[in-house]
Amino acid sequence: MPELAAEVERLSLVVEVGGLPVRVNTADPVFLGMLQDRYTGFVGNSEQAEIDFEVELVPPGFSDPDTDVRVTHLQGRWLLRRNDFIAEWDPATGKGWIRQTANPYSIDSVLRIVHTLVLAREGGFLLHSASGVRNGKAFLLAGVSGAGKTTISRLAPPDVTLLTDEISYVRNLEQGYFAFGTPFAGELAKLGKNVSAPIAALYLLAKGRENRIDPVAPGEAARSLLANMLFFAEDEHLVQGAFHSAFEFVSRVPVSRLTFVPDARVWELIG
Amino acid sequence: MSHLFVARSPGVAARCLDGEMMIMSGRDSTLFTLNKTATILWQAADGNTPLEEIVEQKICAEFEVEPAEALQDAENLARELASHEILQISEEPIPQPNSTTPPGGLR
Repeated sequence: MPELAAEVERLSLVVEVGGLPVRVNTADPVFLGMLQDRYTGFVGNSEQAEIDFEVELVPPGFSDPDTDVRVTHLQGRWLLRRNDFIAEWDPATGKGWIRQTANPYSIDSVLRIVHTLVLAREGGFLLHSASGVRNGKAFLLAGVSGAGKTTISRLAPPDVTLLTDEISYVRNLEQGYFAFGTPFAGELAKLGKNVSAPIAALYLLAKGRENRIDPVAPGEAARSLLANMLFFAEDEHLVQGAFHSAFEFVSRVPVSRLTFVPDARVWELIG
Repeated sequence: MSHLFVARSPGVAARCLDGEMMIMSGRDSTLFTLNKTATILWQAADGNTPLEEIVEQKICAEFEVEPAEALQDAENLARELASHEILQISEEPIPQPNSTTPPGGLR
């Protein structure tokens, strides 16, 4: 007697960023291969993933093309929506699902959002900044698009281990603030190195006619940090938490303005 | 004559850093930086003290300004902050939840 329904084989990949293993399950081997390429260097082998996503691949045009990103909290679950994905995640069980087309960008955005939610609980955050490790210490180079994150990353000398040229991963650990490498690349299109180091300084990038470092008043430091933090959740408590995390960070990590001309000598000031 | 009462909205986060008060709306993440007068008003907005008393005791004591003019400015300011939902205004005292944290350090 023929089987009425065949069980679909689920394929899995664990993507580990910032020490948080996220398992992605899919039935599509091509999509899995796409993810393996996308997250090279960040593929974990942990059997104990803290977060588990079932990915359902759907044809293009499944959602409203005008939907901006929205992250809302309802009955203990996070609902994530954009024009190219819908996802749900239950922090209590760690389980969730993602509905998207077969592309690596949608799931990348879902992962970024989920990481911001997890980090917010411990006083960490994702930041629009390049970051690198030099002499065992991490340096964050923050700025909006066009501020020079990719430029300064491209100019990094060989003794600098680049963590990212676009999105820095900041955790608030017992030993202090640490920066972690991320696969969240910008224009450099090069994944960061999957390592971490204690954060020694945050520089606010500005292009100028000379290389120099200037002090930044605490209020301006906090404002700039908040302006560069990635935060999506429409949740009063998490917003308040992120606000206080920014102030906590600037009270413990030196923040300066780094004005630079686009040549490699700027790195003589860093580290 | 009716009094106006002002109270800090519960859905915001606030910090004072080097005398500069910053407030973030929990509703839409908008960040506000208050000037010195607005900071005084914000810190004194306990829901029980009438605005005219805040103006007389806190603002006129700090700045050389006519009380009537200061009160008008403070009312305008209070209504503007209320329009952003970071301050509550009412013609009756505004009950506040019990809190042990001081203004500017609302954790």
